[in-house]
Amino acid sequence: MNILICIKQVPDMESKFKINAEKNWYDRTDLAWRMNEYDEYAVEQAVRLKEQVGAADLTVLCIGPDQVKETMKKALAMGCDRGVHIADNDAHKREPLEIASMIAGFAKDKNFDIVFTGMQSQDRGSAQVGVMIAELLAIPAVTTIVDFTFDNGAIHVKRELEGGGRALVKATTPVVLTCQLGLNTPRYPTLPNIMKAKKKELLTLAVPDMGGIGACQETAAFYFPERKGSGLVLEGELPDMAEKLIHLLKEKTGVLA
Amino acid sequence: MKTLLVAEFREGKLRIKYSQLIAFAKELQTTTSMFLVGSPSELPQFDGTLYLADVAKYGEYNPTVHKQLLLDVIAKEQPDRIVFHHSSYGWDLAPRIAVALKAAQISEVVAIEDGVPVVPVCNAKLRRKIKSKTAQTILTLQAGAFGMEEDPIGTPTVVPIDTSVTGKVDCSGYEAAKLEGVDLTKSEIIVSAGRGVGKPENIAMVQALAKALGGEYGASRPVVDAGWVDHNRQVGTTGRTVTPKLYVACGISGAIQHLAGMKKSEFIVAINTDKDAPIGEVADVFVVADLKQFLPVLTEKLLAR
Repeated sequence: MNILICIKQVPDMESKFKINAEKNWYDRTDLAWRMNEYDEYAVEQAVRLKEQVGAADLTVLCIGPDQVKETMKKALAMGCDRGVHIADNDAHKREPLEIASMIAGFAKDKNFDIVFTGMQSQDRGSAQVGVMIAELLAIPAVTTIVDFTFDNGAIHVKRELEGGGRALVKATTPVVLTCQLGLNTPRYPTLPNIMKAKKKELLTLAVPDMGGIGACQETAAFYFPERKGSGLVLEGELPDMAEKLIHLLKEKTGVLA
Repeated sequence: MKTLLVAEFREGKLRIKYSQLIAFAKELQTTTSMFLVGSPSELPQFDGTLYLADVAKYGEYNPTVHKQLLLDVIAKEQPDRIVFHHSSYGWDLAPRIAVALKAAQISEVVAIEDGVPVVPVCNAKLRRKIKSKTAQTILTLQAGAFGMEEDPIGTPTVVPIDTSVTGKVDCSGYEAAKLEGVDLTKSEIIVSAGRGVGKPENIAMVQALAKALGGEYGASRPVVDAGWVDHNRQVGTTGRTVTPKLYVACGISGAIQHLAGMKKSEFIVAINTDKDAPIGEVADVFVVADLKQFLPVLTEKLLAR
Protein backbone atom coordinates (compact mmCIF):
# COMPACT_ATOMS: atom_id res chain seq x y z
CA MET A 1 0.00 0.00 0.00
CA ASN A 2 1.06 3.52 -0.74
CA ILE A 3 0.20 5.87 2.10
CA LEU A 4 0.57 9.62 2.49
CA ILE A 5 0.46 11.34 5.87
CA CYS A 6 0.12 15.13 5.88
CA ILE A 7 1.37 16.86 8.99
CA LYS A 8 1.82 20.43 10.17
CA GLN A 9 4.24 22.03 12.58
CA VAL A 10 2.50 24.26 15.12
CA PRO A 11 3.54 26.18 18.21
CA ASP A 12 3.00 24.67 21.63
CA MET A 13 -0.43 26.01 22.56
CA GLU A 14 0.80 26.85 26.06
CA SER A 15 3.15 29.41 24.50
CA LYS A 16 3.00 33.08 25.33
CA PHE A 17 1.76 34.42 21.99
CA LYS A 18 2.56 37.84 20.55
CA ILE A 19 1.08 39.49 17.46
CA ASN A 20 3.36 40.03 14.46
CA ALA A 21 4.34 43.42 13.02
CA GLU A 22 1.86 43.12 10.12
CA LYS A 23 -0.88 42.41 12.67
CA ASN A 24 -2.20 39.46 10.67
CA TRP A 25 -0.78 36.40 12.50
CA TYR A 26 1.11 35.48 15.64
CA ASP A 27 4.79 36.34 15.90
CA ARG A 28 6.77 33.22 14.99
CA THR A 29 9.87 34.01 17.03
CA ASP A 30 10.55 32.60 20.52
CA LEU A 31 8.04 29.77 20.24
CA ALA A 32 8.45 26.08 20.97
CA TRP A 33 7.34 24.03 17.93
CA ARG A 34 5.84 20.58 17.78
CA MET A 35 3.75 18.31 15.57
CA ASN A 36 0.09 19.30 15.33
CA GLU A 37 -1.56 17.01 17.86
CA TYR A 38 -4.24 15.74 15.45
CA ASP A 39 -1.52 14.77 12.97
CA GLU A 40 0.24 12.62 15.58
CA TYR A 41 -2.82 10.37 15.49
CA ALA A 42 -2.61 10.31 11.68
CA VAL A 43 1.04 9.23 11.77
CA GLU A 44 0.35 6.60 14.43
CA GLN A 45 -2.57 5.10 12.49
CA ALA A 46 -0.49 4.86 9.33
CA VAL A 47 2.36 3.15 11.20
CA ARG A 48 -0.09 0.69 12.76
CA LEU A 49 -1.55 -0.07 9.36
CA LYS A 50 1.93 -0.81 8.02
CA GLU A 51 2.58 -3.08 11.00
CA GLN A 52 -0.65 -4.90 10.15
CA VAL A 53 -0.27 -5.34 6.40
CA GLY A 54 3.52 -5.46 6.14
CA ALA A 55 3.87 -4.22 2.59
CA ALA A 56 3.25 -0.50 2.88
CA ASP A 57 5.24 2.61 2.11
CA LEU A 58 4.61 5.64 4.29
CA THR A 59 5.40 9.11 2.97
CA VAL A 60 5.09 11.97 5.44
CA LEU A 61 4.56 15.41 3.92
CA CYS A 62 4.97 18.79 5.56
CA ILE A 63 4.85 22.33 4.17
CA GLY A 64 6.83 25.19 5.67
CA PRO A 65 10.26 26.70 6.26
CA ASP A 66 13.34 24.57 6.98
CA GLN A 67 12.49 24.26 10.67
CA VAL A 68 9.54 21.91 9.91
CA LYS A 69 12.08 19.17 9.14
CA GLU A 70 12.56 18.78 12.90
CA THR A 71 8.89 17.81 13.23
CA MET A 72 9.16 15.55 10.18
CA LYS A 73 12.01 13.69 11.85
CA LYS A 74 9.66 12.78 14.67
CA ALA A 75 7.23 11.26 12.15
CA LEU A 76 10.12 9.33 10.57
CA ALA A 77 11.20 8.14 14.02
CA MET A 78 7.63 7.01 14.72
CA GLY A 79 7.82 4.79 11.64
CA CYS A 80 7.22 6.73 8.41
CA ASP A 81 9.52 5.59 5.60
CA ARG A 82 10.30 8.81 3.79
CA GLY A 83 9.69 12.52 4.08
CA VAL A 84 8.65 15.11 1.53
CA HIS A 85 9.22 18.68 2.62
CA ILE A 86 7.59 21.37 0.50
CA ALA A 87 9.76 24.42 1.15
CA ASP A 88 7.57 27.45 1.63
CA ASN A 89 8.52 30.29 3.98
CA ASP A 90 5.05 31.78 3.52
CA ALA A 91 3.18 28.62 4.52
CA HIS A 92 1.78 30.25 7.67
CA LYS A 93 0.05 32.88 5.52
CA ARG A 94 -1.54 30.33 3.21
CA GLU A 95 -5.22 29.57 3.29
CA PRO A 96 -6.56 26.02 3.55
CA LEU A 97 -7.37 25.84 -0.17
CA GLU A 98 -3.82 26.90 -1.09
CA ILE A 99 -2.28 24.30 1.24
CA ALA A 100 -4.62 21.62 -0.10
CA SER A 101 -3.72 22.58 -3.67
CA MET A 102 -0.02 22.11 -2.96
CA ILE A 103 -0.63 18.69 -1.44
CA ALA A 104 -2.96 17.64 -4.27
CA GLY A 105 -0.39 18.97 -6.76
CA PHE A 106 2.22 16.67 -5.21
CA ALA A 107 -0.09 13.66 -4.75
CA LYS A 108 -2.04 13.66 -8.02
CA ASP A 109 0.23 11.25 -9.95
CA LYS A 110 1.48 9.18 -6.99
CA ASN A 111 -1.49 6.79 -6.56
CA PHE A 112 -1.76 6.96 -2.80
CA ASP A 113 -4.23 4.42 -1.43
CA ILE A 114 -4.87 6.27 1.82
CA VAL A 115 -4.11 9.83 2.87
CA PHE A 116 -4.15 10.31 6.64
CA THR A 117 -4.17 13.77 8.17
CA GLY A 118 -5.40 15.54 11.29
CA MET A 119 -9.00 16.79 11.26
CA GLN A 120 -7.70 20.30 11.92
CA SER A 121 -4.60 22.19 13.00
CA GLN A 122 -4.26 23.53 16.50
CA ASP A 123 -3.32 27.04 15.36
CA ARG A 124 -5.50 27.85 12.33
CA GLY A 125 -8.15 25.27 13.12
CA SER A 126 -10.08 25.52 9.85
CA ALA A 127 -10.79 21.78 9.53
CA GLN A 128 -10.75 22.28 5.74
CA VAL A 129 -7.46 21.00 4.30
CA GLY A 130 -8.08 17.25 4.49
CA VAL A 131 -11.47 17.39 2.76
CA MET A 132 -10.12 19.82 0.17
CA ILE A 133 -7.25 17.48 -0.73
CA ALA A 134 -9.81 14.75 -1.39
CA GLU A 135 -12.02 17.03 -3.49
CA LEU A 136 -9.06 18.22 -5.57
CA LEU A 137 -7.97 14.59 -6.11
CA ALA A 138 -11.61 13.57 -6.76
CA ILE A 139 -11.50 10.80 -4.15
CA PRO A 140 -13.73 10.31 -1.07
CA ALA A 141 -12.94 11.73 2.35
CA VAL A 142 -14.24 10.69 5.74
CA THR A 143 -13.67 13.22 8.51
CA THR A 144 -13.19 13.11 12.28
CA ILE A 145 -12.43 9.43 12.64
CA VAL A 146 -11.96 7.97 16.13
CA ASP A 147 -11.69 4.33 15.08
CA PHE A 148 -10.06 2.64 12.08
CA THR A 149 -9.89 -0.95 10.91
CA PHE A 150 -8.56 -2.33 7.65
CA ASP A 151 -9.73 -5.74 6.59
CA ASN A 152 -9.02 -7.25 3.18
CA GLY A 153 -9.17 -3.93 1.38
CA ALA A 154 -12.28 -2.73 3.20
CA ILE A 155 -11.92 0.26 5.49
CA HIS A 156 -14.25 0.60 8.47
CA VAL A 157 -14.12 3.83 10.43
CA LYS A 158 -16.15 5.50 13.14
CA ARG A 159 -16.83 9.22 12.83
CA GLU A 160 -17.19 11.14 16.03
CA LEU A 161 -20.46 13.03 16.41
CA GLU A 162 -21.62 15.75 18.78
CA GLY A 163 -22.72 14.24 22.06
CA GLY A 164 -20.14 11.44 21.88
CA GLY A 165 -22.01 9.08 19.53
CA ARG A 166 -20.33 7.65 16.44
CA ALA A 167 -21.35 7.02 12.85
CA LEU A 168 -20.16 3.74 11.32
CA VAL A 169 -18.76 4.34 7.84
CA LYS A 170 -17.38 1.94 5.27
CA ALA A 171 -15.03 3.11 2.53
CA THR A 172 -12.59 1.70 0.00
CA THR A 173 -9.28 3.00 -1.29
CA PRO A 174 -8.33 5.54 -2.42
CA VAL A 175 -9.59 7.68 0.44
CA VAL A 176 -8.61 10.63 2.64
CA LEU A 177 -9.19 10.14 6.37
CA THR A 178 -9.02 13.02 8.84
CA CYS A 179 -8.11 11.97 12.35
CA GLN A 180 -9.69 13.14 15.59
CA LEU A 181 -8.06 13.11 19.03
CA GLY A 182 -8.34 9.74 20.75
CA LEU A 183 -8.14 7.66 17.56
CA ASN A 184 -5.21 5.76 19.07
CA THR A 185 -2.31 6.38 21.46
CA PRO A 186 0.57 7.91 19.50
CA ARG A 187 3.87 6.25 20.34
CA TYR A 188 6.97 8.00 21.59
CA PRO A 189 9.89 7.42 19.24
CA THR A 190 12.53 5.18 20.78
CA LEU A 191 16.20 6.17 20.71
CA PRO A 192 17.16 3.47 18.16
CA ASN A 193 14.30 4.62 15.93
CA ILE A 194 15.38 8.25 16.28
CA MET A 195 18.86 7.22 15.11
CA LYS A 196 17.40 5.17 12.24
CA ALA A 197 15.22 8.09 11.18
CA LYS A 198 18.32 10.20 10.52
CA LYS A 199 19.18 7.90 7.62
CA LYS A 200 15.72 8.00 6.05
CA GLU A 201 15.11 9.99 2.87
CA LEU A 202 13.90 13.55 3.47
CA LEU A 203 13.39 15.24 0.14
CA THR A 204 12.87 18.99 -0.13
CA LEU A 205 10.73 20.17 -3.04
CA ALA A 206 9.77 23.58 -4.34
CA VAL A 207 6.12 24.60 -4.14
CA PRO A 208 4.30 22.45 -6.74
CA ASP A 209 1.85 23.74 -9.31
CA MET A 210 -1.23 24.87 -7.43
CA GLY A 211 -3.57 24.74 -10.41
CA GLY A 212 -4.03 28.51 -10.47
CA ILE A 213 -5.50 28.63 -6.97
CA GLY A 214 -4.71 31.78 -5.02
CA ALA A 215 -5.85 33.55 -1.90
CA CYS A 216 -9.60 34.02 -1.64
CA GLN A 217 -9.73 35.63 1.80
CA GLU A 218 -7.62 38.05 3.83
CA THR A 219 -7.04 38.85 7.47
CA ALA A 220 -8.72 42.15 8.37
CA ALA A 221 -7.65 42.16 12.02
CA PHE A 222 -5.72 39.95 14.45
CA TYR A 223 -5.98 40.48 18.18
CA PHE A 224 -6.35 39.05 21.66
CA PRO A 225 -9.94 38.53 22.78
CA GLU A 226 -11.23 40.85 25.46
CA ARG A 227 -11.66 39.22 28.80
CA LYS A 228 -15.41 39.29 29.25
CA GLY A 229 -15.55 38.16 32.84
CA SER A 230 -14.43 40.32 35.71
CA GLY A 231 -12.86 37.19 37.15
CA LEU A 232 -10.68 37.60 40.20
CA VAL A 233 -7.06 36.50 39.79
CA LEU A 234 -5.31 34.98 42.79
CA GLU A 235 -1.53 34.91 42.82
CA GLY A 236 1.01 34.35 45.56
CA GLU A 237 1.69 31.81 48.29
CA LEU A 238 -0.26 28.54 48.11
CA PRO A 239 -1.77 28.60 51.65
CA ASP A 240 -2.87 32.25 51.24
CA MET A 241 -4.54 31.50 47.92
CA ALA A 242 -6.27 28.44 49.40
CA GLU A 243 -7.61 30.54 52.32
CA LYS A 244 -8.82 33.26 49.97
CA LEU A 245 -10.47 30.75 47.68
CA ILE A 246 -12.30 29.03 50.55
CA HIS A 247 -13.46 32.44 51.76
CA LEU A 248 -14.75 33.29 48.29
CA LEU A 249 -16.55 29.99 47.95
CA LYS A 250 -18.30 30.61 51.29
CA GLU A 251 -19.23 34.12 50.25
CA LYS A 252 -20.29 33.56 46.63
CA THR A 253 -21.60 30.00 46.51
CA GLY A 254 -23.81 27.90 48.71
CA VAL A 255 -21.64 24.83 48.48
CA LEU A 256 -19.58 25.21 51.67
CA ALA A 257 -22.51 25.73 54.01
CA MET B 1 -27.69 39.87 -0.02
CA LYS B 2 -28.96 36.29 0.01
CA THR B 3 -28.11 33.63 2.53
CA LEU B 4 -28.60 29.88 2.26
CA LEU B 5 -28.68 28.00 5.56
CA VAL B 6 -27.73 24.33 5.73
CA ALA B 7 -29.73 22.50 8.39
CA GLU B 8 -28.94 19.01 9.72
CA PHE B 9 -30.79 15.74 10.23
CA ARG B 10 -29.35 12.84 12.18
CA GLU B 11 -30.52 9.57 13.69
CA GLY B 12 -34.01 10.16 12.34
CA LYS B 13 -34.38 13.65 13.79
CA LEU B 14 -34.13 17.24 12.66
CA ARG B 15 -31.36 18.82 14.71
CA ILE B 16 -33.05 21.73 16.45
CA LYS B 17 -29.96 23.89 16.59
CA TYR B 18 -31.00 25.16 13.13
CA SER B 19 -32.40 28.03 15.20
CA GLN B 20 -28.78 29.23 15.52
CA LEU B 21 -28.54 29.48 11.74
CA ILE B 22 -31.72 31.55 11.68
CA ALA B 23 -30.39 33.77 14.48
CA PHE B 24 -27.23 34.35 12.46
CA ALA B 25 -29.21 35.24 9.33
CA LYS B 26 -31.34 37.65 11.35
CA GLU B 27 -28.21 39.40 12.58
CA LEU B 28 -27.20 39.91 8.95
CA GLN B 29 -30.72 40.94 7.90
CA THR B 30 -30.65 39.06 4.61
CA THR B 31 -33.10 37.15 2.49
CA THR B 32 -32.85 33.59 3.66
CA SER B 33 -33.55 30.14 2.30
CA MET B 34 -32.72 26.75 3.77
CA PHE B 35 -31.31 23.42 2.57
CA LEU B 36 -32.01 20.13 4.29
CA VAL B 37 -31.61 16.47 3.55
CA GLY B 38 -34.38 15.47 5.91
CA SER B 39 -37.91 14.28 6.24
CA PRO B 40 -41.12 15.97 5.07
CA SER B 41 -42.72 14.79 8.32
CA GLU B 42 -40.33 16.88 10.42
CA LEU B 43 -39.95 20.38 9.01
CA PRO B 44 -38.02 23.25 10.57
CA GLN B 45 -40.07 26.20 11.82
CA PHE B 46 -38.91 28.73 9.31
CA ASP B 47 -40.62 31.28 7.08
CA GLY B 48 -38.94 30.92 3.72
CA THR B 49 -38.06 28.47 0.97
CA LEU B 50 -36.87 25.08 2.18
CA TYR B 51 -35.06 22.97 -0.40
CA LEU B 52 -35.74 19.49 0.88
CA ALA B 53 -34.16 16.22 -0.25
CA ASP B 54 -35.57 12.99 1.14
CA VAL B 55 -33.24 11.47 3.72
CA ALA B 56 -34.78 8.05 3.15
CA LYS B 57 -33.42 8.20 -0.37
CA TYR B 58 -30.12 10.04 0.11
CA GLY B 59 -28.98 9.05 3.61
CA GLU B 60 -27.91 11.11 6.59
CA TYR B 61 -24.17 10.98 5.85
CA ASN B 62 -23.46 10.70 2.17
CA PRO B 63 -21.11 13.56 1.30
CA THR B 64 -20.86 13.16 -2.48
CA VAL B 65 -24.64 13.09 -2.86
CA HIS B 66 -25.34 15.89 -0.36
CA LYS B 67 -22.70 17.99 -2.10
CA GLN B 68 -24.43 17.60 -5.46
CA LEU B 69 -27.88 18.33 -4.01
CA LEU B 70 -26.52 21.48 -2.38
CA LEU B 71 -24.58 22.63 -5.45
CA ASP B 72 -27.77 22.33 -7.52
CA VAL B 73 -29.62 24.55 -5.03
CA ILE B 74 -26.75 27.07 -4.99
CA ALA B 75 -26.80 27.23 -8.80
CA LYS B 76 -30.51 27.99 -8.70
CA GLU B 77 -30.64 30.26 -5.65
CA GLN B 78 -27.31 32.12 -6.20
CA PRO B 79 -26.76 32.92 -2.50
CA ASP B 80 -23.99 35.29 -1.40
CA ARG B 81 -23.41 33.23 1.70
CA ILE B 82 -23.81 29.53 2.41
CA VAL B 83 -23.96 28.94 6.15
CA PHE B 84 -23.29 25.66 8.00
CA HIS B 85 -22.86 24.67 11.61
CA HIS B 86 -19.23 24.02 12.53
CA SER B 87 -20.17 20.43 13.28
CA SER B 88 -19.37 16.90 12.19
CA TYR B 89 -21.82 17.45 9.31
CA GLY B 90 -20.81 21.03 8.51
CA TRP B 91 -17.02 20.75 8.55
CA ASP B 92 -17.31 17.62 6.40
CA LEU B 93 -19.56 19.14 3.73
CA ALA B 94 -18.58 22.83 3.65
CA PRO B 95 -15.04 22.42 2.22
CA ARG B 96 -16.45 20.30 -0.62
CA ILE B 97 -18.70 23.21 -1.58
CA ALA B 98 -15.83 25.70 -1.19
CA VAL B 99 -13.65 23.69 -3.60
CA ALA B 100 -16.47 23.29 -6.13
CA LEU B 101 -17.27 27.02 -6.08
CA LYS B 102 -13.64 28.16 -5.60
CA ALA B 103 -15.11 30.27 -2.81
CA ALA B 104 -13.61 31.43 0.48
CA GLN B 105 -14.53 29.31 3.46
CA ILE B 106 -14.40 30.94 6.88
CA SER B 107 -14.50 28.30 9.61
CA GLU B 108 -15.90 28.42 13.13
CA VAL B 109 -17.30 31.95 13.11
CA VAL B 110 -17.86 33.17 16.69
CA ALA B 111 -19.13 36.68 15.92
CA ILE B 112 -19.81 39.22 13.19
CA GLU B 113 -18.21 42.62 13.77
CA ASP B 114 -19.07 45.41 11.31
CA GLY B 115 -20.27 42.74 8.92
CA VAL B 116 -16.95 40.86 9.05
CA PRO B 117 -16.69 37.31 10.51
CA VAL B 118 -14.46 36.69 13.53
CA VAL B 119 -12.84 33.29 14.16
CA PRO B 120 -10.67 31.87 16.96
CA VAL B 121 -6.97 31.06 16.47
CA CYS B 122 -4.60 28.96 18.61
CA ASN B 123 -7.13 27.26 20.82
CA ALA B 124 -9.11 30.52 21.20
CA LYS B 125 -6.14 32.43 22.60
CA LEU B 126 -6.33 34.81 19.64
CA ARG B 127 -8.98 36.15 17.28
CA ARG B 128 -8.90 36.84 13.57
CA LYS B 129 -11.28 38.88 11.45
CA ILE B 130 -11.51 37.56 7.91
CA LYS B 131 -12.68 39.32 4.75
CA SER B 132 -13.78 37.14 1.88
CA LYS B 133 -12.44 38.08 -1.55
CA THR B 134 -14.82 35.86 -3.51
CA ALA B 135 -18.37 36.63 -4.64
CA GLN B 136 -19.75 33.72 -2.65
CA THR B 137 -18.59 32.87 0.86
CA ILE B 138 -18.95 29.68 2.88
CA LEU B 139 -19.27 30.07 6.63
CA THR B 140 -19.39 27.54 9.45
CA LEU B 141 -20.72 28.78 12.80
CA GLN B 142 -19.33 27.76 16.17
CA ALA B 143 -21.96 25.92 18.22
CA GLY B 144 -23.73 28.30 20.57
CA ALA B 145 -22.12 31.47 19.18
CA PHE B 146 -25.40 32.66 17.69
CA GLY B 147 -28.55 31.97 19.63
CA MET B 148 -32.17 32.99 19.61
CA GLU B 149 -34.00 34.28 22.63
CA GLU B 150 -37.21 32.58 21.56
CA ASP B 151 -37.87 29.44 19.53
CA PRO B 152 -38.13 30.01 15.80
CA ILE B 153 -41.61 30.14 14.30
CA GLY B 154 -42.94 29.81 10.79
CA THR B 155 -43.82 27.35 8.08
CA PRO B 156 -41.47 26.80 5.17
CA THR B 157 -42.39 26.68 1.53
CA VAL B 158 -41.04 23.26 0.60
CA VAL B 159 -39.28 22.76 -2.73
CA PRO B 160 -38.39 19.07 -3.19
CA ILE B 161 -34.97 18.39 -4.74
CA ASP B 162 -33.39 15.31 -6.29
CA THR B 163 -30.17 14.09 -7.85
CA SER B 164 -28.96 11.07 -9.77
CA VAL B 165 -25.47 11.16 -8.24
CA THR B 166 -24.52 8.16 -6.08
CA GLY B 167 -22.30 8.01 -3.01
CA LYS B 168 -18.74 6.80 -2.53
CA VAL B 169 -18.91 5.82 1.14
CA ASP B 170 -21.49 3.86 3.06
CA CYS B 171 -22.83 4.90 6.46
CA SER B 172 -24.35 1.80 7.98
CA GLY B 173 -25.55 3.12 11.33
CA TYR B 174 -24.68 4.63 14.66
CA GLU B 175 -23.10 3.68 17.92
CA ALA B 176 -24.50 5.43 20.99
CA ALA B 177 -22.28 7.46 23.31
CA LYS B 178 -20.92 5.43 26.20
CA LEU B 179 -22.30 7.48 29.05
CA GLU B 180 -23.51 4.83 31.49
CA GLY B 181 -22.48 5.10 35.13
CA VAL B 182 -22.10 8.40 36.96
CA ASP B 183 -24.28 11.23 35.64
CA LEU B 184 -22.38 14.48 36.07
CA THR B 185 -25.36 16.51 34.89
CA LYS B 186 -26.93 15.82 38.28
CA SER B 187 -23.88 16.92 40.31
CA GLU B 188 -23.91 20.30 42.07
CA ILE B 189 -20.15 20.35 42.48
CA ILE B 190 -17.71 19.14 39.85
CA VAL B 191 -13.91 19.18 39.99
CA SER B 192 -12.40 18.44 36.59
CA ALA B 193 -8.93 17.34 35.56
CA GLY B 194 -7.25 18.64 32.41
CA ARG B 195 -4.00 18.01 30.64
CA GLY B 196 -2.22 19.90 33.43
CA VAL B 197 -2.53 16.89 35.75
CA GLY B 198 0.46 15.53 33.85
CA LYS B 199 0.19 11.86 34.75
CA PRO B 200 -2.54 9.39 35.71
CA GLU B 201 -1.42 9.15 39.35
CA ASN B 202 -2.32 12.81 39.82
CA ILE B 203 -6.00 12.18 39.10
CA ALA B 204 -6.16 11.15 42.78
CA MET B 205 -5.58 14.80 43.77
CA VAL B 206 -8.58 15.87 41.73
CA GLN B 207 -10.68 13.06 43.20
CA ALA B 208 -9.59 14.06 46.71
CA LEU B 209 -10.63 17.68 46.18
CA ALA B 210 -13.97 16.58 44.71
CA LYS B 211 -14.56 14.42 47.76
CA ALA B 212 -13.56 17.20 50.19
CA LEU B 213 -16.08 19.49 48.48
CA GLY B 214 -18.75 16.80 48.45
CA GLY B 215 -18.89 16.63 44.67
CA GLU B 216 -17.94 14.48 41.69
CA TYR B 217 -14.83 14.54 39.56
CA GLY B 218 -14.79 15.02 35.81
CA ALA B 219 -12.23 15.50 33.07
CA SER B 220 -11.48 17.25 29.82
CA ARG B 221 -10.99 15.41 26.59
CA PRO B 222 -7.20 14.81 26.60
CA VAL B 223 -7.44 13.12 30.00
CA VAL B 224 -10.25 10.83 28.79
CA ASP B 225 -8.45 10.12 25.50
CA ALA B 226 -5.38 9.11 27.49
CA GLY B 227 -7.56 6.58 29.32
CA TRP B 228 -6.97 8.14 32.76
CA VAL B 229 -10.68 8.85 33.36
CA ASP B 230 -13.78 7.11 31.94
CA HIS B 231 -15.65 8.73 29.07
CA ASN B 232 -18.82 9.08 31.13
CA ARG B 233 -16.97 11.73 33.16
CA GLN B 234 -15.94 13.80 30.13
CA VAL B 235 -17.21 17.38 30.10
CA GLY B 236 -17.59 19.09 26.72
CA THR B 237 -19.27 18.79 23.34
CA THR B 238 -18.54 15.09 22.96
CA GLY B 239 -19.21 14.39 26.64
CA ARG B 240 -21.55 15.94 29.17
CA THR B 241 -22.88 19.47 29.26
CA VAL B 242 -23.02 20.44 32.93
CA THR B 243 -24.36 23.38 34.95
CA PRO B 244 -23.29 22.76 38.56
CA LYS B 245 -23.26 25.35 41.34
CA LEU B 246 -19.48 25.06 41.45
CA TYR B 247 -17.10 23.94 38.72
CA VAL B 248 -13.39 23.70 39.47
CA ALA B 249 -11.22 23.37 36.36
CA CYS B 250 -7.81 21.98 37.28
CA GLY B 251 -5.12 22.33 34.62
CA ILE B 252 -7.71 22.81 31.87
CA SER B 253 -6.71 25.32 29.20
CA GLY B 254 -10.30 25.88 28.07
CA ALA B 255 -10.65 24.58 24.53
CA ILE B 256 -13.93 25.73 22.97
CA GLN B 257 -15.31 22.20 23.10
CA HIS B 258 -14.72 22.09 26.85
CA LEU B 259 -16.08 25.58 27.51
CA ALA B 260 -19.27 24.67 25.64
CA GLY B 261 -19.83 21.90 28.16
CA MET B 262 -19.36 23.90 31.38
CA LYS B 263 -19.53 27.66 30.86
CA LYS B 264 -23.07 27.89 32.21
CA SER B 265 -21.94 26.64 35.63
CA GLU B 266 -22.96 29.07 38.39
CA PHE B 267 -19.47 29.61 39.77
CA ILE B 268 -16.25 28.66 38.02
CA VAL B 269 -12.81 28.33 39.57
CA ALA B 270 -9.81 27.81 37.30
CA ILE B 271 -6.49 26.55 38.58
CA ASN B 272 -3.79 26.95 35.96
CA THR B 273 -0.15 27.99 35.61
CA ASP B 274 -0.89 29.81 32.34
CA LYS B 275 -2.58 33.13 33.11
CA ASP B 276 -3.54 33.54 29.44
CA ALA B 277 -5.36 30.21 29.22
CA PRO B 278 -8.81 30.72 27.60
CA ILE B 279 -10.48 29.15 30.65
CA GLY B 280 -9.92 32.62 32.17
CA GLU B 281 -12.68 33.94 29.91
CA VAL B 282 -15.32 32.13 31.91
CA ALA B 283 -13.66 31.85 35.34
CA ASP B 284 -15.02 33.74 38.33
CA VAL B 285 -11.78 33.04 40.18
CA PHE B 286 -8.48 32.24 38.50
CA VAL B 287 -5.84 30.72 40.75
CA VAL B 288 -2.43 31.05 39.15
CA ALA B 289 -0.76 27.93 40.45
CA ASP B 290 0.41 24.45 39.56
CA LEU B 291 -2.50 22.20 40.50
CA LYS B 292 -0.08 19.50 41.66
CA GLN B 293 1.09 21.83 44.43
CA PHE B 294 -2.13 23.74 45.04
CA LEU B 295 -4.73 20.96 45.22
CA PRO B 296 -3.20 19.13 48.23
CA VAL B 297 -3.00 22.44 50.16
CA LEU B 298 -6.58 23.38 49.30
CA THR B 299 -7.94 19.92 50.06
CA GLU B 300 -6.18 19.83 53.43
CA LYS B 301 -7.59 23.23 54.40
CA LEU B 302 -11.10 22.22 53.35
CA LEU B 303 -10.92 19.02 55.41
CA ALA B 304 -9.57 20.92 58.42
CA ARG B 305 -12.56 23.29 58.54
